[in-house]
Amino acid sequence: MNALMDNQVFQVALWAAVKLVIILGIMLGVVTYLIYAERKICGHIQHRTGPNRVGPLGLLQTPLDVVKLLVKEEFTPAGANKILFHVAPILAAFPAIATFSVIPMGPPPTFVVTDINVGILLFLAMSSLGVYAIVLGGWSSNNKYALLGGLRSSAQMISYELAMGLSIIPVLMRSGTMSLVGIVEHQAGTYRPFESLPIALPNWGIFHWYLWLPFVIFLITMFAETNRAPFDLPEAEGELVAGFHTEYSSMKWAMFFLGEYMNMIVISSICVTLFFGGYLGPGPASLGLLWYLVKLFALLFFFIWVRWTFPRLRYDQLMNFGWKVLLPGAIANIVIATAWLWWRANA
Amino acid sequence: MIPIGWTLALSAVLFCIGVVGVLVRRNALVIFMSIELMLNAANLAFVAFARQMNSLDGQVFVFFVMTVAAAEVAVGLAIIVNVFRLRETVFVDEINLLKG
Amino acid sequence: MVPGLFVGFGVLLVATAVMVILHRNPVTSALFLVLSFCSLAGIYLLLQAEFLGMVQIIVYAGAIMVLFLFVIMYLNLQHDVETGAQIAVRRGIGWMVGALLLLFGALLVHRGWAPGPVTPAPAEPAVGNAVAIGRVLYSRFLFPFEITSVLLLVAMVGAIVLAKSRTAPNDSEAA
Repeated sequence: MNALMDNQVFQVALWAAVKLVIILGIMLGVVTYLIYAERKICGHIQHRTGPNRVGPLGLLQTPLDVVKLLVKEEFTPAGANKILFHVAPILAAFPAIATFSVIPMGPPPTFVVTDINVGILLFLAMSSLGVYAIVLGGWSSNNKYALLGGLRSSAQMISYELAMGLSIIPVLMRSGTMSLVGIVEHQAGTYRPFESLPIALPNWGIFHWYLWLPFVIFLITMFAETNRAPFDLPEAEGELVAGFHTEYSSMKWAMFFLGEYMNMIVISSICVTLFFGGYLGPGPASLGLLWYLVKLFALLFFFIWVRWTFPRLRYDQLMNFGWKVLLPGAIANIVIATAWLWWRANA
Repeated sequence: MIPIGWTLALSAVLFCIGVVGVLVRRNALVIFMSIELMLNAANLAFVAFARQMNSLDGQVFVFFVMTVAAAEVAVGLAIIVNVFRLRETVFVDEINLLKG
Repeated sequence: MVPGLFVGFGVLLVATAVMVILHRNPVTSALFLVLSFCSLAGIYLLLQAEFLGMVQIIVYAGAIMVLFLFVIMYLNLQHDVETGAQIAVRRGIGWMVGALLLLFGALLVHRGWAPGPVTPAPAEPAVGNAVAIGRVLYSRFLFPFEITSVLLLVAMVGAIVLAKSRTAPNDSEAA
C-alpha cells in the first residue's frame, strides 16, 4: 500500500481523478442552474417571467424537476433493442464529460486535470463519438420518427464537424501548438493592432482580424454540433415529435438532456479557450478561474439568447449551408491566414 | 517499456482474426469490417516499428493507410448499396450470377 | 504500470475483434468494432503516438464506423442466418486457415526473423508527436500527401456517382 502511494504515476493519476470528480460536481451544478437560467431568460425574452413559484425566485425548479424525473415510470418500447436502448443515453453524456479533462480552467498546473499535447484533437475526437448516442438512440427505439430524427441529426453533426475542425486550424497555426494550455498561454500579454496608434488590446484570438471568420464559423458550428438554436430541426417538437429521444422517458431522457447541456458547456469552454484567452484576465493569476467562468457564462447566455431569437433552419437549408458555405469559407480562411502569417514572419 | 514482441504478437493475432472473418462470414459488410481489422493490425505493426527504430516514417505511413482506408470504405459501401439494390441481398455467396 | 495497461487494452482489443467476427447481428459487430478501434487508440497512446491515437478515434471510430452504421441501418439488415452443410465446411476451412496463419505468425515473432539491419536511428530531441509528424509529412512526404487529397476527391466523386438512385435512363443523361 505504501509503495503504491509513493509511485509517481499513481499519485498523478489519483490527483487527476480527484480534480475530475470536483469538476464533474461543479459542472453538474452549472447544468442545473443553466436549465433554470434558460427558462428564466426565455421567459423574459418572451415578455413573461419564467418559473417563479417553486422556491424563492423559482430557484428550486430544476432540482425538483430532477426528482420528478426520477420517480417517473420507465418503460422500454416493444421491439426495441434493449441493450442499445439503455446504453445510448450514457453515450450522450460521456464524451462531453471526457473533454473536461483537458480544458484549462485556471493557471496550470492546479486548474487543469491533464494537459496532453494534442488537447484540441481530443475535443474533436469526443465530438465525433457524440454522434453515436444519437444514431443508436434513434435506431434502437423501433420508431420511425426517432429513426428519422436520429439519422438527420447525426448527418447534421458530421457535416458541421468538418467546418469546425477546419476553422480551428488558423488558431493552431497562430499558437503553434495543439495543447489547450499552450494555446491559452500564447494569448497572454497585449498586442498593438496598429503600430502607429497607441492602442493596446489583449492578445486574445478574437482581436486578430484573420481569426474573425474562423470565430464566426466556429460559433455557427457550435450551434449545429449541440443540436441547438437554429439547428434543432432533428429534435423539434412540431416536426418529428421529439426526434431521436421520442421514446425515452424519465432518467434516460434526463441523461440525453444532461448530455446536451454538458455539450453546450464544453463547446463554449473550447471557444473561450481558443478565441477569448481562457483564464487570462486583468489582475493576479489566481483570479483565472473567475475570468474563465465569466467568459463561459457570457457565451452560454449567447447560446440561450440565439435559441429564442432565430427561427429554425429547414433540413435542406441546413445541409446546404454546412457544405456549400461554411466548408469553402473555412478552407479559404486557412489560405488567407497562412498567407498573412507567412508574410508577417518573413516580410 | 513495452517489448516490441508483445505488440507484434498482438498485431499478428488481430490480423488472423481479420482473415478468419473474411473467410468465414457471408455478410459483405462483416467481411468489410474484417478487412478494416486487418488494416488496423498492419497499422499497429507500423507504429510499433516506428517506435523501435526511432523513425517517424512508420507513423506517417499509418496516417496514409488511414486515409486510404477511409476512401476505400466510402467507395466499397457505395458498391455494396448498389449490389443490394439489384440483388436484394448482401450475402456474398448469393451474388453469383457470373458463376460458370 | 504501462505494461499492465497494454495488456488490458490488448485483451480488450482481441476480445472485441473476436466478437466482431462471431456475432450474428451486423449492428452489434459494428459497435464491437468501434470498441476495438478505441482500445487500439489507447494502445497507440501507450506507444507514444498520441497524434495517431486521436486521429484513429476521429477517422476510424468517428467517421468510418458511422458510415458503416448508416449503411447497415439503411439496408435494414437483420440477423445473419448461416445454416447448411456447405457453409459449415467453408467455415471449418476458414478457421483452419486462420489457425495456420496464427501459427506462422507465432513462429516469425518467436524466431525474431528480420530481413535487414535492425539498428535504430539516433534518438531525436523530444518534441510532441504532432510537431514531429508535421515536420516530416510536409517535407519528405509532401507528394504522397497531395496525392492523397486527389485520392479522397476521387473517392468522394465515385461514392456519390455509385450510390445515386437511378430514376430513369433519360433523366441521368439530361443531368
